Amino acid sequence: MSTSYLEASARERILAVLDAGSFSELLPPAQRVVSPHLGQLDAPVSFDDGVIIGEGRLGGKAVMAAAQEGGFMGGAVGEVHGAKLVGLLQRAIRKQAAGVILLLETGGVRLHEANAGLIAVSEVMRAVLEARAAGIPVIVLVGGANGCFGGMGIVARCANTVIMSEEGRLAMSGPEVIETANGVEEFDSRDRALVWRTTGGKHRYLIGDCQTLVNDDTDAFRTAAIAALAQSGPTALSLAALEAEQDMLRRRIADFGQADDPMEIWAALGIVKPQAVPMLEAETFTAMTERHRIQGTA
Amino acid sequence: MSGSERVWNARQKNREQRLARAAQALDDKLQGKIAPAAQLADLLYAVLEPGDRVCVEGNNQKQADFLAKGLASLDPARVHGLHMLFSVLALPEHLDVFEKGIADRLDFSFSGPQAGRLAKLAAAGKLNIGAIHTYLELFGRYFIDLTPRVALVAAQAADRHGNLYTGPNTEDTPAIAEATAFSGGIVIAQVNEIVDVLPRVDIPADWVGFAIQAPTPHYIEPLFTRDPAQISEIQVLMAMMAIKGIYAEYGVQRLNHGIGFDTAAIELILPTYAESLGLRGKICKHWALNPHPALIPAIEAGFVESIHSFGSELGMEEYIRARPDVFFIGPDGSMRSNRAFSQTAGHYGCDMFIGSTLQIDLQGNSSTATLGRIAGFGGAPNMGADARGRRHASEAWLKAGAQARAGKNTIPRGQKLVVQTVETFREHMQPAFVDKLDAWQLAEQARMPIPPVMIYGDDVTHILTEEGIANLLLCRTDEEREQAIRGVAGYTAVGLGRDKRMVENLRDRGVIRRAEDLGIDKRLATRDLLAAKNMKDLVRASGGLYNPPKRFRNW
Amino acid sequence: METLNYRFANGSRRIKPAPELVGVVSSGNLEVLIEDAPGSGACAIEIKTAARGFGAIWEAVMQDFFQRWQLADTRISINDMGATPAVVSLRLDQAVAAMTEGGQ
Repeated sequence: MSTSYLEASARERILAVLDAGSFSELLPPAQRVVSPHLGQLDAPVSFDDGVIIGEGRLGGKAVMAAAQEGGFMGGAVGEVHGAKLVGLLQRAIRKQAAGVILLLETGGVRLHEANAGLIAVSEVMRAVLEARAAGIPVIVLVGGANGCFGGMGIVARCANTVIMSEEGRLAMSGPEVIETANGVEEFDSRDRALVWRTTGGKHRYLIGDCQTLVNDDTDAFRTAAIAALAQSGPTALSLAALEAEQDMLRRRIADFGQADDPMEIWAALGIVKPQAVPMLEAETFTAMTERHRIQGTA
Repeated sequence: MSGSERVWNARQKNREQRLARAAQALDDKLQGKIAPAAQLADLLYAVLEPGDRVCVEGNNQKQADFLAKGLASLDPARVHGLHMLFSVLALPEHLDVFEKGIADRLDFSFSGPQAGRLAKLAAAGKLNIGAIHTYLELFGRYFIDLTPRVALVAAQAADRHGNLYTGPNTEDTPAIAEATAFSGGIVIAQVNEIVDVLPRVDIPADWVGFAIQAPTPHYIEPLFTRDPAQISEIQVLMAMMAIKGIYAEYGVQRLNHGIGFDTAAIELILPTYAESLGLRGKICKHWALNPHPALIPAIEAGFVESIHSFGSELGMEEYIRARPDVFFIGPDGSMRSNRAFSQTAGHYGCDMFIGSTLQIDLQGNSSTATLGRIAGFGGAPNMGADARGRRHASEAWLKAGAQARAGKNTIPRGQKLVVQTVETFREHMQPAFVDKLDAWQLAEQARMPIPPVMIYGDDVTHILTEEGIANLLLCRTDEEREQAIRGVAGYTAVGLGRDKRMVENLRDRGVIRRAEDLGIDKRLATRDLLAAKNMKDLVRASGGLYNPPKRFRNW
Repeated sequence: METLNYRFANGSRRIKPAPELVGVVSSGNLEVLIEDAPGSGACAIEIKTAARGFGAIWEAVMQDFFQRWQLADTRISINDMGATPAVVSLRLDQAVAAMTEGGQ
């Protein structure tokens, strides 16, 4: 019986993605390392500050892993939450882990913690890039109801591999923010089909921001993560790779910047029945589109 | 004084005068019964007279919005004193007519989105509410003493003769149009399109005075769609108790579900939990129900034989078309709903009603009234009431009736199962069980003759909470009834105020049954029991035929 | 936030050494951390809740919980964001189940 990744809690997800029985939590809830800021705002804390970190195995290889809990403050990153992620990435370098698996579900910076939250996210970005420079592949999974937004959207895009389900969303600005800033004619945030066409996994796969599209199923995410770990080549950013990425982005905006709707982009990419795309299962979708999609470099 | 002095066809003559005025005002723009949208105001001025009873079709779902806007734009110096009749007071324009002095009297059934503004206007003395009704009750009065003089209705399409196609969302139109047309009144219909040949005729042209193509299609609200992703474990547990403790217990084959997530949870565990109990074929065959998307898996699994609907539901049209054995379908392949007949089926033809509520008092009276809002009743009281006029027997009806009358020296009778399902606490820790319903205070505020009660305690047969089921049919005294209610009221003040010994005794007698007493393992009460856990699952279950409205998509 | 503390003596059921966490601090929900507290002799429960003024209800819920399980040498810590008693009881029972699965 399939288990929905979207419905699962962060704890359930990390246990389902890693090899059974291999996960050992760092800074577990019993240590009560909670946010020092939320109490001052008379807001509830969580014993793990909304992120589970630890060590385990993925397909037999020793990895570090983290999973954000979207239910707590929308998965937003506060000081402790961010420090846990940074510490994990630094530990991965020290221990020469085979990879870091990040199960992200977040709105970005936890505004309640103001500058501490902002700094935390930027430190995570730096830590991801340092891990890559040290030869550790960073693999991001995005499939929760809150998506992966804000500064953490940028973090995801800094990873080697992004694996998404269609229900997952990846962007920087949230739909409501775009509507408020630019008007409903520009973007109607209540048109949920549009929101998912624009930021959801299938579109991200087609325009090169994500490498693998899976069904909303913890087993599917696990299988894709194992494959990503097995296939990862050189992880460090090189000048050539960055220039190739810039080139891709230049071409992308030139080719598609005028499009009014993602479906126009899909049609322009050569997909025959773009309106049928949303209802396709992941395997069928991938088979039909992989030769048409933009190949973003990792 | 001889009888030959009295005029016996005054209404018909007056109708002819109105039609003549309309013909003159519209001149050659009026083609048969088809009038141009640009001259709606001219038509209304010609057809309306001060003091008229005017029914504006605002149904639960379909709204004659173009005609409502036109009415609200009229000059009150020329049109005033109207007596408005609404099934559902849904649009701002429905109340604008009062603020502008076009109308000064109101009879209706349900008010949903306008409930707050309605309360404010009533408190300010700007309205004169005749009464608040149930749907069927209001339709009934259209044929007795609240007959509309002019009806503004909505249809999908008209042909050049003025025949109307109302299609899946036929809803209240036949009741409104028949009462108006056959009492010398005038029916004006707004339609989405005018065609040469209709898919079928729902309202004959003989009943219709004028048809107008509205500039934009009338809006239909998807009210009965519930995203399975929002169903909680507690609701799954309550659904399990409902099925095992009531549906299976009484053999409920014919039923109506009130709107809500509690009933959606029941619909979604039929193919899983009810199937595992061997109940397919033994329960839930015949429904008076709108086409709930949440029922798709149960239909596909073979539980459901027939559904007659009050109205349609946005996104379900193609699925319904593909299941003509289950739904009521015209020769054109599209559904026809009919609120009046579905209400009648729900009242007389169903053995059980189950629905949710906001408050229950110590006698079991159930109310959705809240302060500052005059929401009305809709159709629930017709389903949620014992049908005293009923005479045909069924297993469930006889069993309930026997339980109620055991030990009493009265003639045997059946009784309808009326189940109220509610969590003991609502959002913000508001208790669902109270000593005194807010309805009393609302009645005072709004100057109502009696407090507005949705379902009366003496009609309620079972109360189901996460704490268990109280079977009020088995209570012999008012005190037992009160303690049975307290016994399932959990940690609310009402629940904590129980007589522990009496409640234990009621449990021993089976008047109160908890999940354990029903043999339900609470650990099984998870979302995994839902046959569809999200909207996409529902689409898959329908074979891709169900097309959810945009607000429900997350793909 | 309101902090509530309860302590129940004379229980008899012990739990396993490794702590467990169930639930999430989301709206209408709570997390329950349950730990073995050897030598404490009682079942001690601390609740931090965003919903103020419901002490009497929490007390009744905790009393019923203790009656059900009779835990001893146990420390339970709760972060609550407005869960109803139904959800609180459910999570507490899930927490105990997590401590007794796999063998006690």
